[in-house]
Amino acid sequence: MKHLPKIIFLLAALSLLGMFIAPIWRISLLAPQYPQQLTMYIWINQITGDEAGTLQNINILNHYVGMKEINPDSIPELVYFPKIILGMAALGLVFALINNKKFWIAWVVILSILGILGIYDFYLWLYDYGHNLSPEAAIKVPGMAYQPPLIGTKMLLNFKASSWPHWGSAFIVTAMLGAAYAVYLKGKLKKQV
Amino acid sequence: MRSTTAIFSTLLIASLFVYSGCGNGGNGSGAIGTSSAAEKVYVAPGEYDSYYEFFSGGFSGQVTVHGLPSGRLLKIIPVFSVDAETGYGFNEETKPMLMTTYGFIPWDDAHHPKLSQTNGVHDGKFLFINGNNTPRIARIDLRYFETTEIIQIPNSGGCHASPYPTQNTEYLVAATRFSVPTPQEDVPLDQESYKKNFKGTFTFITGGEEPGNMDIAFQILVPGYDYDKTHSGKGVSHGWSFFTSYNVEQANTLKEKNASQYDKDYIAAVNWKKAEEYIKQGKFHEWPSEYYHNYYDEKTQTATATKKKGVKVLIPSECPGIVYYLPTPKSPHGVDVDPTGKFIVGSGKLSADLTVHSFEKMLAAIEAENFDEVIDGIPVLNFDAIHAGTVSSGGLGPLHTEFDGRGHGYTSFFISSEVVKWSLDNFEVVDRIPAYYSIGHLSIPGGGSMKPWENGKYLIAMNKITKDRYLPTGPELAHSAQLYDISGDKMELLLDFPTMGEPHYAQGILASVIKDSQVKFYKLEENEHPHKALNENETRIERNGNEVHIYMTMIRSHFAPDNIEGIKVGDKVYFHVTNLEQDWDVPHGLAVMGARTSEILVMPGQTETLVWEPQAEGVYPFYCTDFCSALHQEMQGYVRVSPKNSNVKIKWSLDDEVHEL
Ligand SMILES: [Cu+2]
Repeated sequence: MKHLPKIIFLLAALSLLGMFIAPIWRISLLAPQYPQQLTMYIWINQITGDEAGTLQNINILNHYVGMKEINPDSIPELVYFPKIILGMAALGLVFALINNKKFWIAWVVILSILGILGIYDFYLWLYDYGHNLSPEAAIKVPGMAYQPPLIGTKMLLNFKASSWPHWGSAFIVTAMLGAAYAVYLKGKLKKQV
Repeated sequence: MRSTTAIFSTLLIASLFVYSGCGNGGNGSGAIGTSSAAEKVYVAPGEYDSYYEFFSGGFSGQVTVHGLPSGRLLKIIPVFSVDAETGYGFNEETKPMLMTTYGFIPWDDAHHPKLSQTNGVHDGKFLFINGNNTPRIARIDLRYFETTEIIQIPNSGGCHASPYPTQNTEYLVAATRFSVPTPQEDVPLDQESYKKNFKGTFTFITGGEEPGNMDIAFQILVPGYDYDKTHSGKGVSHGWSFFTSYNVEQANTLKEKNASQYDKDYIAAVNWKKAEEYIKQGKFHEWPSEYYHNYYDEKTQTATATKKKGVKVLIPSECPGIVYYLPTPKSPHGVDVDPTGKFIVGSGKLSADLTVHSFEKMLAAIEAENFDEVIDGIPVLNFDAIHAGTVSSGGLGPLHTEFDGRGHGYTSFFISSEVVKWSLDNFEVVDRIPAYYSIGHLSIPGGGSMKPWENGKYLIAMNKITKDRYLPTGPELAHSAQLYDISGDKMELLLDFPTMGEPHYAQGILASVIKDSQVKFYKLEENEHPHKALNENETRIERNGNEVHIYMTMIRSHFAPDNIEGIKVGDKVYFHVTNLEQDWDVPHGLAVMGARTSEILVMPGQTETLVWEPQAEGVYPFYCTDFCSALHQEMQGYVRVSPKNSNVKIKWSLDDEVHEL
């Protein structure tokens, strides 16, 4: 019983590693010519599609309106986000051993700030892709931007774009809630003692 | 006397059918209960048909694929004829497919599409079809719906009785339609010479089960008759193949009269397992016959034509027990084997009746040596000893029979223009229905195999005469086909639809057997074409004397490169074009002004080659022929052609990327 908060905190920290086994976000494009949708998955460390050619197919469509090519190699976040997540998991491991409630609170706060920053960063990318259009684009629709929604569904010309968190996000939420619960439990146990 | 009257009146009725069109053409009549028939063939927008039906194009040389029950045209597959639409036979990759010992032949007469079988059931892997004129058999790979292999058959004058695979596609078969001097030689054309010099062959081809290795296993030299149709045995008769013959009279002229004199011709029964034993024992003659084997490799996306030499020939008089003749009345056309393999049905095309032989009785007659005579080492079995029964049809001119797997045969009658349904139990006629007009083959999906699909739900009639069935279109009309519902006691006409060329024969397969194995596009990383360019950085131009190789790519909506200079009059220019798309249904095409060839139509991930020999200096546009995208019209480029001895350098560019040799 005494070790329960520590174990929960440890598991919460480790659950961050789950972000490597599933995409954290999913953006799909639906149009009459694409009845099966074009679906793109954003992972902590990569961008994939539901087929090998999906990214190429999305880029082909995007280039007509002057959007930049989505090239995973040119997105630095895909390199340093994984490091941050691994760092937070390691830090969580150390804090679990230290077994100090204040450290734990700090961990939850840092993780939450990182999470919010991550979503904001994602939003900035979406904004940039959607607004930073080549002046030489073949198709120019006055006043039109192609930023997909952060969460939800929006019509972008002929495409219905849908953007939703995917399973990978559940792990960071689990980490935050789990760690917060460990903090709460630790406080409760202390009072009982 | 009574039967003569019956035949005479049927003839009269038949001629009324043909010449008056029964007075109902153009009104959509013929179908019973039009609204319920409409419901049965209606496939709602976006819904799929439940069958693929593969029609031969006959003299179009192609195969057409229709959906059933709607009759909608799904695809035309070029096989023996060049096809400017797809570039088949025009581009460098597929030209070798049409090579023969006579050289490149742009056409043939495609007759019998036959699906590959495993345990006597259509397995949906391949479709085979024979070329009637210059004897050949082709394979269509049903993952790609493309012709991938063609083998030429030597020592044959016309290939009609073909390809009719054995139960596990161990062999594809072929027989000589028009007997010829075999091996060929210069002989006079008179009856004495015909009888002395002309021969037929039965050919057995291995390699049907897997792509790439079709070859002539052996040929059997047989008397010089006309061999007409065939079916391989199944179930109890597995190990045998049957071929009909006519012109046992051995007439060499006015065959319509002179080949129709005898009361009976023969069905040849070939024991190919026995033939295999003789081959093993070395009892064959090695003939130096030449033939081509052409194979399209889906990896290199290129066909190669290979000339082969030498076939093993078996002679029946030296190999007892490989061929027997079953006497069958009145110039039999079709020979069909019921799903159990017990009955061999001969359709005497100049009579009213079908002759059904019993396979069991045939074996017993062979065992008892119940022979009427022996022709060139081939015993003729006693008719009464092998005869199982006769279907007295009341029609005239039976041609082909298929089966529903519920104990019925369905036979097409050309002269009386009808389908007759009869019982395999008592050989009695149980139903009949008109066909419009003069039906040749009929097709029940799976009805020639051991397992008719869905217990024989549909029957398609393929007709030789169209007349007034559709809106008139000048002197030449599309041939007509009809779809019948045969699931009930009475056959019902559901649909009437035009077809391509001569829909000589068709086979159908339940869509679910093949639809999920369809290849949607070629994967770029698996492209092993020797002239591929897998991305725009690999595009380039190479000059080799007067040969210029342009390695080009296409992607929505541009070619790379799209400006080319340094080509000279007298050059032979190869456009090797790779479609970089990796999505379903995004082909791009290429056409060059003045090129004396067809366009090429390149599927995603594929490389194809168009050859152009510019005749005069100037600037030549090229463009994408397949409406690929919103900027399709912009998908174009220019080639500058300079005089023969100019020193303009090879130069290619796309936008501000410029390269020079
Ligand atoms: Cu195009």
